[in-house]
Amino acid sequence: MIEIRNLHKYFGSLHVLKGIDLDVQKGEVLSVIGASGSGKSTLLYCINALEEIQDGSVIVDGTDVHAKGTDVNALRQKMGMVFQQWNSFPHLTALENVALAPKIVRKMSKSDAKEIAAQQLKHVGLGDKLDSYPSALSGGQQQRLAIARALAMEPSYMLFDEATSALDPELVGEVLDTMRLLAEEGMTMICVTHEMGFAREVSDRVAFFHQGQMEEISPPEEFFTNPKSEHLQKFLAKVK
Amino acid sequence: MNYNFHWRPVMKALPELLEAALLTLQVAALSMVLGVLIGLGLSLIRMHMKGPVRWLATTWVELARNTPALFQLFFFGFGLGAVGVHLTPYLIVLIALTFNNAGYLAENFRGGFKAVPDTQIRASRSLGMTAFQAYTRIVIPQVLRIVYYPMTNQMVWAVLISSLGMLVGFRELSGETQFFASKTFRIFEYFAITAVIYYVIVKIILGAASLLSKRLFRY
Ligand SMILES: Nc1ncnc2c1ncn2[C@@H]1O[C@H](COP(=O)(O)OP(=O)(O)OP(=O)(O)O)[C@@H](O)[C@H]1O
Ligand SMILES: [Mg+2]
Repeated sequence: MIEIRNLHKYFGSLHVLKGIDLDVQKGEVLSVIGASGSGKSTLLYCINALEEIQDGSVIVDGTDVHAKGTDVNALRQKMGMVFQQWNSFPHLTALENVALAPKIVRKMSKSDAKEIAAQQLKHVGLGDKLDSYPSALSGGQQQRLAIARALAMEPSYMLFDEATSALDPELVGEVLDTMRLLAEEGMTMICVTHEMGFAREVSDRVAFFHQGQMEEISPPEEFFTNPKSEHLQKFLAKVK
Repeated sequence: MNYNFHWRPVMKALPELLEAALLTLQVAALSMVLGVLIGLGLSLIRMHMKGPVRWLATTWVELARNTPALFQLFFFGFGLGAVGVHLTPYLIVLIALTFNNAGYLAENFRGGFKAVPDTQIRASRSLGMTAFQAYTRIVIPQVLRIVYYPMTNQMVWAVLISSLGMLVGFRELSGETQFFASKTFRIFEYFAITAVIYYVIVKIILGAASLLSKRLFRY
């Protein structure tokens, strides 16, 4: 379970997250939407300690992420992250991309790491690309590679930061399908997304961020048909 | 023109010349290994540190790149000699070449590091890698590819400027050639053959580098 309490984040004097309170239950799929600059990515980075916070707390499975002495590297293994930019490692094959962290972070044997890597690549539909380099893969395939890479750490949570935003429209579907698959398998997910269809169909709850605050959070039915926040109403009118 | 070419003495000295060529290759290769390690260090210091250490690294790079290689050699030879530090000719050449290589390579590495996006580090860290792992497994391999050709050129350059070593009494290929040439007065012949040997060495380095790159960089 992820428990976020009164989370404040500043970049210098810029107040980017202004007191976020949010719980994400095991097995839940939460979508996060909001305008550019509203702090969505920053929220994800604060959850897995890629960014420091200035006030409040983030507790993951009982561990205070930002406490001194917390082993963030161990913690990050619990939380797979997929970025807008695919960030596949260009000098490694698909199999090596996925097998690397299990080998050097989880200290698995070479053969076990390869096995789990091959398994996860099949899982995301890249079973026939094990020996391909990222340069030979499409954007959609590279993004699925990134998902497989995160899954190979056998995380309890997956954080998606606009996983489909940088893709050509015809490649968005395959990545969303993979995310959908994970949701069906019961993965706990936080998905920052611009895909309203996905948010509506797949999530248990949808959150709306506006200028560093979470202005609304509710089940998708209510979120999309009966939004209370004025900013959300405007936002939804624009994206429709 | 009534210079008579005599190639026979040169041919007789060929084994010695080839042995000296190996010494040339050895000192150049060693100075490259050291130069790469130090150059990597200098570039990291210049990117991540402040204060006197950074100033020292910058000064190193500036001096190595903007003063004649010959002066650098003389500094480690006669300069240090004047204050009582006497190094062997081999060490003088090795240190001068390393100094020069490290300075040039540091600048190449810096460009290489800039060309690898920060998001690669973020992605690595998000997988639980330590900063050290992210650098050694993800960033540096990519940097090495970017600087591979500049590095090859630097190796060629190290072989060629090691010939300055004869001026501090080092009997590498040029020093050895000079030794024989002055003994026999077949100056043109000796230096002509030696030029051919340098040419072949450089061609071998370039050929080997190109073969190696095909094995190393399949992407
Ligand atoms: N490293 C940083 N240094 C300074 N300011 C930053 C940094 N990262 C983000 N910001 C600022 O913080 C604010 C929130 O950024 P964030 O990336 O979280 O927004 P977002 O909701 O993810 O937007 P987008 O939809 O464009 O991805 C923005 O004003 C951004 O300019
Ligand atoms: Mg963002």
